[in-house]
Amino acid sequence: MRLLSTLAKGIGIAAVAAAMLGSASAEKVLRIVPHADLKNVDPIWTTAYITRNHGYMVYDTLFAKDKEGNVQPQMVREYSTSEDGLTWTFTLRDGLKWHDGTPVTSADCIASIQRWGKRDGSGQKLMDFTASMEAVNDKTFKLILKEPYGLVLDSLGKISSNVPFMMRKKDAETDAFTQVTDIVGSGPFKFVADEWVPGSKVVYVKNEDYVPRDEPASGAAGGKVVKVDRVEWVYIPDPATTMNALANGEVDLWETPSPDMLPLMRENPNIVIDVIDPLGTQGWLRMNHLYPPFDNPRVRQAVDMAVNQETYLQAIVGDPSLYKTCKAYLICGTQFASEDGGEPYLNGDIAGAKKILEEEGVMGHKVVLMQPTDIPLLNNASLVTAQVLRDIGFDVDMQAMDWSTLTSRRAEKKPVAEGGWNVFHTYSTGADVQSPIRNIGISGGGVERAWFGWPTDAKMEQLRDDFARSTDLAQQKEIAHAIQLEAFKNTPYVNYGQWYQPMAWRKGLKGVLVSPVPFFWNIELPQ
Amino acid sequence: MYAYIIRRILATIPVMAVVAVFVFLLLYLTPGDPAVVIAGDYARPEDIERIREQLGLNRPLYVQFFTWAGNVLSGDLGISIFSNLPVSKLIGQRLEPTLALAICTTIFAIVVAVPLGVLAAWKAHTWVDRVVMIFAVLGFSVPVFVIGYVLMWAFSLSLGWFPVQGYKPLSAGIGPFLSSIALPTLALGLVYVALIARMTRASVMEVLTEDYIRTARAKGVANRTLLMRHALKNASVPIVTIIGVGVALLIGGVVVTESVFNIPGLGRLTIDAVLRRDYPIIQGVILIFSGIYVLVNLLIDLSYTVLDPRIRY
Repeated sequence: MRLLSTLAKGIGIAAVAAAMLGSASAEKVLRIVPHADLKNVDPIWTTAYITRNHGYMVYDTLFAKDKEGNVQPQMVREYSTSEDGLTWTFTLRDGLKWHDGTPVTSADCIASIQRWGKRDGSGQKLMDFTASMEAVNDKTFKLILKEPYGLVLDSLGKISSNVPFMMRKKDAETDAFTQVTDIVGSGPFKFVADEWVPGSKVVYVKNEDYVPRDEPASGAAGGKVVKVDRVEWVYIPDPATTMNALANGEVDLWETPSPDMLPLMRENPNIVIDVIDPLGTQGWLRMNHLYPPFDNPRVRQAVDMAVNQETYLQAIVGDPSLYKTCKAYLICGTQFASEDGGEPYLNGDIAGAKKILEEEGVMGHKVVLMQPTDIPLLNNASLVTAQVLRDIGFDVDMQAMDWSTLTSRRAEKKPVAEGGWNVFHTYSTGADVQSPIRNIGISGGGVERAWFGWPTDAKMEQLRDDFARSTDLAQQKEIAHAIQLEAFKNTPYVNYGQWYQPMAWRKGLKGVLVSPVPFFWNIELPQ
Repeated sequence: MYAYIIRRILATIPVMAVVAVFVFLLLYLTPGDPAVVIAGDYARPEDIERIREQLGLNRPLYVQFFTWAGNVLSGDLGISIFSNLPVSKLIGQRLEPTLALAICTTIFAIVVAVPLGVLAAWKAHTWVDRVVMIFAVLGFSVPVFVIGYVLMWAFSLSLGWFPVQGYKPLSAGIGPFLSSIALPTLALGLVYVALIARMTRASVMEVLTEDYIRTARAKGVANRTLLMRHALKNASVPIVTIIGVGVALLIGGVVVTESVFNIPGLGRLTIDAVLRRDYPIIQGVILIFSGIYVLVNLLIDLSYTVLDPRIRY
């Protein structure tokens, strides 16, 4: 035993010495455990949040949202709008350079906006309103609209996927459906392609040439001052291992700690746990509007009545300090949120729901519920829904599958008997849900244009269109209120609650920014 | 002998071909579409179709198969659908950790299990035998991840001897390498210690009842010589067989250990690829696995001739 102990200590000391030598040469290394593995590196090609976060490391944006949600200039030094609201002129800041040393130009930005406009929903909408874009000189360019559009800055300052990141013209000219291979941005960090091991590690180094804005960092906006030399994303799939690694000081920050681990971590005085995303996340129970029984709005309303958010939130989050019940389709705590119209719904009214099912003649109807067993949160939500649907009188056929299978099957527009579906669950972050335009769940574009489940609601589409055209905040709020009321009438999805994902980091780590997206500038390592 | 080896190596070709066809069909008949995952939530049907076209996923199955098979024969395992990196590079990055874990575990298991099994056989039906067998049953019964967490708690968090997670390659130095691989080896190895110890015990016990052992005893041969030279050597064919099977199982069975100790090996690469339907990676890894499996079996078969000269090919 003594021999074993000595041997182990010897190996351990050698390892620690090697690690110290390594860290001495690399100096300040921030090691974080991201919420997912970085599988691809082009943030326009995919909407994956992990690639969005990677995008913020490497690329920069023309505009960005601060922690209050206001759009602020980022790469742009100044901008103006013509009196008719049709011509927007943007001038870039001095000193902006790509990681290869070449200057950022108007031509780069125009090409980047065009590529983003082919993939992103907000981008596509902006492009629909855009007549042309033209470079005035290397630093100034114009965006000319066909008609006034209220969401120009909101779109260019969009904080979540797909973010309009600026790329070199030659990269931005890559087909929007083909991945960019050369990851060269103008952001605060440089991507180290040679050290990227998909499934394990991603490495970024400080971009010494980056010129941050003078304002203090706030959300995605302000000065992106990098206070470490290197950031390593260490992907650890197992939550218990991640918790132990954080406790042991092997990593500095865990982006999305598992709810199961929080009680244990709270007992550790060397770990700080805090919620940095003030907007939270909203759960969606999505029904297929194309086929019975959920092609009937009254039946959808019955499900909305039967759902009790508290039950779902207990099952998926557990800790009441990390969730709240909220009937706002545009997520509570944001400028367009309202809970109006929701009084009869989300109260767990099983008897009321049963009555509607009887009246509509769908009692005992078979319902196929897709259950993604590899995502615990959605698996738990599916289990709760299965019970709710059984309680109100449906014959529930739960079909277990992995998320990949579910994402393919949910795209099927066939009847249930031919491989279609009736119900599945997902969730969306507040950054996406808060805007009537970006909230794809409420779209009523039907089988051609709406999101999976394909609700048809002409009034909703008209309201969303009015919102996009409006340039007045008070008017936008009025329209958002009408959208909330319309949503409860047509039930595009059932909102099964709002929760907040905490982040955990080592005590002494400073400068973690409050934002719906995790950023790694402004962070200082413990002394 | 050499003709046998060449025959066996040639025989791997149809085996691998069958594996390739089977894997290909299985993958493509499984529900799930990488194009849908790539396209994301905002994608329109025409966007998804465009991605499928670019990835070649909308071509007839046989065309896809022959394209892939042709590339494999020319040494090209393809490009990962998601990371856009060559599959050979991704496998290359992951091969060392998995092989290191498999080899260290095998060595550890043999070094610990064979003496334990011989001891249990020699002291059969005594308390020593019972202790060894209880240990073996425990090794079988306790899941690897439980052993892993217990080891992590004891040797990393409490004693601070080893890191909780991660892998340091041999190129980083023998100390960091051993430090990173010690706990995973121990966690994974206990199952194989149990397996090999039980097989060794049974095999040695059977040999110990043979006439020539009784004769050797009657002639006054020392216990150690009796056990090592006469009993163990003659009992070694089934032991080596089970070690071979164990190695093959290890290659495929490291997934849990790799996940618990965050070792970036082939097991995790495979699971990630399956969950995302990254077909080129899955096909590449399974071909590598089947190749290793065939090779290990070949080596085991050849070792019989050394251990038992009566066996000839």
